[in-house]
Amino acid sequence: MYGKKVKLRIIFLSIIFLILLLTVFFVLKSLEENVVYFKSPTDVKEITEISEKKIRVGGMVKKGSVVLSSDKINFIITDFKNEINVVYSGAVPNLFAEEKGVVAEGILRDRNFLKAKKILAKHDENYMPPEVKKALEEK
Amino acid sequence: MFGLIDNSKIFSITSKAPKYVFFVFVIVLSIGLLEALVLSPEDYIQSHSVRIMYVHVPSAWISIGIFFLIGILSIGSVIFKNKIFSIIAKSLAPSGLVFNIIALVTGSIWGKPTWGTWWAWDSRITSMLILCLFYILYILSWRIIDDKNKLNKITSLIGILGLINIPIIKFSVDWWSTLHQPSSVRLLEKTTIHSSMLVPLALMTAAFALFSLLIFLMKYNTELIKIKNKGLDRL
Repeated sequence: MYGKKVKLRIIFLSIIFLILLLTVFFVLKSLEENVVYFKSPTDVKEITEISEKKIRVGGMVKKGSVVLSSDKINFIITDFKNEINVVYSGAVPNLFAEEKGVVAEGILRDRNFLKAKKILAKHDENYMPPEVKKALEEK
Repeated sequence: MFGLIDNSKIFSITSKAPKYVFFVFVIVLSIGLLEALVLSPEDYIQSHSVRIMYVHVPSAWISIGIFFLIGILSIGSVIFKNKIFSIIAKSLAPSGLVFNIIALVTGSIWGKPTWGTWWAWDSRITSMLILCLFYILYILSWRIIDDKNKLNKITSLIGILGLINIPIIKFSVDWWSTLHQPSSVRLLEKTTIHSSMLVPLALMTAAFALFSLLIFLMKYNTELIKIKNKGLDRL
């Protein structure tokens, strides 16, 4: 139905598209370290060298681990395989709670201890009215 | 095949349709806003800031959807060498950019009380910013390039290049760890938004889609007038 030129243009575009896709794929793959917003406690355990560089660690706030004192807050971030202790002085976001997602940004003291400069609360994909949440909990 | 479409027929549609579309848009938007701001319940954890989601998510969907269309139309324009695809894509772009900016701004406003930050360089937010840059590049290139033959090629190329970014936006939250939450509304899996919150979300999406259609029809109408005035009877 279409001429030879149209077919040639389709092939030309497909090749360009494929090259672009592969380029983007490999660029993103090699930049994976930087594309991820935070590391999990398991990733932190695998770090070979502890530097003074700022890192972000994310996971769940472990149940019963939040300890508030006058000028700082201690808690544990867990990914249900490994854990990391976090200390932070300052105000935490409203959504910060036990068994909720959190991202802590700061400097690693050792593989089990992070001195946080900033705490971000992570929101999950669940949206529901309070009554529904209550009903779910009672189940 | 596409040259056969009668321009005067299309023109009679694009010149009359906007007022009807506007009428429906106002109705859907009013019901949508009433649902989103008054009738829908607050969230169990973020309380009233969930209402930002009813503007944020539809704008993001529409802006991504429109750029996807621009990309597909650009491919059509290059393959069939038919300018009508480019003219349609050009007319779609402004509302896409507007919704992209709305999505970024409302996301930022939502992020401060929930996450504790206005901005995070995570892959979802960054790829949405890149989409915004593609929109700006696309719209600007229509304005600054004078050479008629190059104009079509360059704008189409920008549309096609930007198309690569679309799956990256969509799957960024699944491929990498991000601060942004994963999708709540999925085609194949169970939706994690309660049905009482889905109603305003659907209504607002419909309203924004109608708004985009309205702007598109008006822009397209203008393009047709421009072509007419130049004394060209076909594209």
